[in-house]
Amino acid sequence: MKAVIAETAGAQALTNPARRRVLKTGGLAIAFVFVGGVGKAAAALNARRQPGDAAAALADGNPPFAPNAFIRIDADGSVRLVMPSVEMGQAIYTGSSMMLAEELGVGIDQIKVAHAPPSEELYSMPLLGGQITGGSTSTRGTWQVLREAGAVARTMLVSAAATKWKVEPSSCTVERGVVYHLASGRQLGFAALAVAAGKLPMPDKVQLKDPKDFKLIGQPLRRVDSADKVVGATQFGLDVRVPGMKVATVKACPTLNGKLRSVDDKTALAIPGVIAVLRIADAVAVVGEHFWAAKKGLDALKIEWDLGGNAELTTQKLRDALAKSSLDGPSLIAKEVGTRPGGKLVEATYQLPMLAHATMEPLNTTVHVTADKCEIWVGTQVPTRAVAAAAQLTGLAPEKIELHNQYLGGGFGRRLETDSVEQAVMFAKQVPYPLKVVWSREEDIRHDRVRPMYHDRISAVLGDDGLPQWLGDRTSGGTVLGRWAPGGMRKNGIDADAVECLEETPYAIPNTRIEWVRHDMPEGLVVGWWRGVGPTHNLFVLESFIDELAVVAKQNPLDYRRAMLKNNPRSLAVLNLAAEKIGWGQKPLPPRVGRGIALGEPFGSRVCAIIEVEVTPQGEVKLLRAVLALDCGIAINTSSIEAQMQGGLVFGLSAALFNKITIKDGAIEQSNFHDYRTLRIHETPPIELYRVESTEPPGGLGEVGTAIAAPALANAIFAATGVRLHELPVDRALLVEDAKALKKVVSAEPAQTRSAS
Amino acid sequence: MLSLLVNDESRSIDVPADMPLLWVLRDVIGLTGTKFGCGIAQCGACTVHVDGQPMRSCVLPVGSVGTRAITTIEAIGKTDSGQKIQQAWLDIDVVQCGYCQSGQIMSATALLKHTANPSDADIDAAMSGNICRCGTYPRIRAAIKQAATGKHEVPQTTLTSAPANAS
Repeated sequence: MKAVIAETAGAQALTNPARRRVLKTGGLAIAFVFVGGVGKAAAALNARRQPGDAAAALADGNPPFAPNAFIRIDADGSVRLVMPSVEMGQAIYTGSSMMLAEELGVGIDQIKVAHAPPSEELYSMPLLGGQITGGSTSTRGTWQVLREAGAVARTMLVSAAATKWKVEPSSCTVERGVVYHLASGRQLGFAALAVAAGKLPMPDKVQLKDPKDFKLIGQPLRRVDSADKVVGATQFGLDVRVPGMKVATVKACPTLNGKLRSVDDKTALAIPGVIAVLRIADAVAVVGEHFWAAKKGLDALKIEWDLGGNAELTTQKLRDALAKSSLDGPSLIAKEVGTRPGGKLVEATYQLPMLAHATMEPLNTTVHVTADKCEIWVGTQVPTRAVAAAAQLTGLAPEKIELHNQYLGGGFGRRLETDSVEQAVMFAKQVPYPLKVVWSREEDIRHDRVRPMYHDRISAVLGDDGLPQWLGDRTSGGTVLGRWAPGGMRKNGIDADAVECLEETPYAIPNTRIEWVRHDMPEGLVVGWWRGVGPTHNLFVLESFIDELAVVAKQNPLDYRRAMLKNNPRSLAVLNLAAEKIGWGQKPLPPRVGRGIALGEPFGSRVCAIIEVEVTPQGEVKLLRAVLALDCGIAINTSSIEAQMQGGLVFGLSAALFNKITIKDGAIEQSNFHDYRTLRIHETPPIELYRVESTEPPGGLGEVGTAIAAPALANAIFAATGVRLHELPVDRALLVEDAKALKKVVSAEPAQTRSAS
Repeated sequence: MLSLLVNDESRSIDVPADMPLLWVLRDVIGLTGTKFGCGIAQCGACTVHVDGQPMRSCVLPVGSVGTRAITTIEAIGKTDSGQKIQQAWLDIDVVQCGYCQSGQIMSATALLKHTANPSDADIDAAMSGNICRCGTYPRIRAAIKQAATGKHEVPQTTLTSAPANAS
């Protein structure tokens, strides 16, 4: 376990030791290192053949050349690449292929990709200690090992050719699947070399390309999965069709943690196409010949629920309890440097709502349980966790669980959970045929594992120059890590995810105290990972507050940040680049139009967003323009970097503008896209991305745009209206022109200033 | 027994008349390119063409289709507009997870068929019924314009790798 952490830290350590920055992989990454299994060394991706590779290659048709878990070269020379991460839109199949192909010496158009089977031994992510895709770690964690895996294969193919030709391997070159000996004009394709290469021993050392020689890495390449996706040919989990399969749809007790008491299924069973009604402790499923029959059957059930202890639960009660914890709950100190000096004390409170994931593809799992085997078809971010769960539920050995991973119609952290897989297995156990269990959108939202709500009391003491001499935050909320991987909590009980981007800010602030109050939600209200969990929460709080401090200090938000970045050239560079590109301060903006800045260092990248909004007199927020500046270290695929940043920002803006999950009578009130809104195309502004060239190791990308969205939006709204939003989502009532009376009511009070003693 | 014309092929199917076309396509005929996203015509993932008009198949009772021609994502590439849209989608590399893209492409194709050179407002009107949780909207807009004009649309972003300008 320890070795993994040390190695990771070494690989990712920043070059500026003066700043004493530590590994910034995030709570998710840290968590998983402990999940791999207590008492055994955590497996990690390996560029060379492992004991388990023989079986894996056999299952892949036993290609003549399979030097590691990722590369299969067939007798006809065709190249198949097995993807250690799962594809949920983030273009990791393309990025991973580029890293492998760059060193292997093939074009990205010459390869086919395959989903990895579940195997901790072969496909455990180095940063996660398990076969898991999440935490914006996939590129960061595989940057070295996948290139090395390509180089191992290339070295062996070259060796085979050089032996045949009786020349020095160093005199050979490889391009587009062909080994050349230019001096003698000879050449051999991979097809002719695969068998011989497959008999060679693993090379100890391999030479990786100098970055200046990269042909693929750094290019804007087309995704490897686009062609099938534009013709509807890609198979997502929901598209799986197995012979003899029936389709079920489900209703779990709407009251969280409630149980099933009784079901009257007489009417349902009389509906043509309805086959069976299945029960588990907290849910009922109707099986049909197709989804429609199952749904009609489900609607016809008369269900009685045992509502359990949450029947009276409301959002307000949750909020009140959380606020109370924030005031008097026991806190843990995540970081404390120096002490709070005297001076002008600025204080503010911020609150964030619970959020759903709402992946476009509703949750679904297809399962076939027989006496000695359980087969599962699902798109999951955690294939081995799903296998372990199914093994436990069926009583079968893990090797009897055969899981076929699929393309994911969005993940956003929802598919890091196995609850829907477990439920499907429990239903499928009751029937002899393969069962596809499909959640309706309503079920998907009402039984989401929500991003927790948060309550932050943040404060700063400003020096004579107006800059913070001390920053304090007391953040409280539920812990995802504490449930998902309790072993991943710090020794002192801190959830690293809860304080990510607060403990380490881009700014030079001499004294700081970051506290966390753990506040567990009632049983049944399960909190889960979300796109950018910790940073998305903390950057909203911190960057909104920095803007408030600039106001108190009577400085503009750009110069105020610059003054705190003198020793942080990477973040200063993205701040300056974004300001330059949007034309900050160039000309006055029209009334009720404003620009907001947010800066952060989430997931090992450096990002600045500047968003321009217009707020109508009625309080509607129009997004006019967004400029993003990014330093993500070495760029792999510049096209997908742009896509991830644009998409991530849209995801974060959707949440900030529209989204909250609320509870009434112990049940989630929202149910579909009409009351859990998503930004639509006509509401989406032009989003420009500018990148700072960098030779640092790659940073994360999938969650970076999301994490920086809300503070830039809130700061822009402040610039346009003078109203400071201390809660999300945006409350339009506070933004109505001349609505001063309204403004006084709730949360738009500006930060409070008093004297610190 | 109902008779349906799907992608130029005549099909006889035994399903209730109130069954939405989406589930007939996906679960009975086996054309899974058309997606289920919401079931209440909010997200557009299930968009198909009925006599060339984009419709949300999740709320369209199959019994109401009659003899009208149904076209799905699997066959839209056989039309001129569909082929152009799919090619532009590839050139601009619009897709991310891809789940909503069948519906996006069906809506965009219908737009292009009826409006040869759509304005931004036309694009907003035709495409605002299609949700994408991955946030591919900037590229969708660029791809529709490229399909319409044949001119290479530079994606909005200039990925120029501007050098660090730390002052």
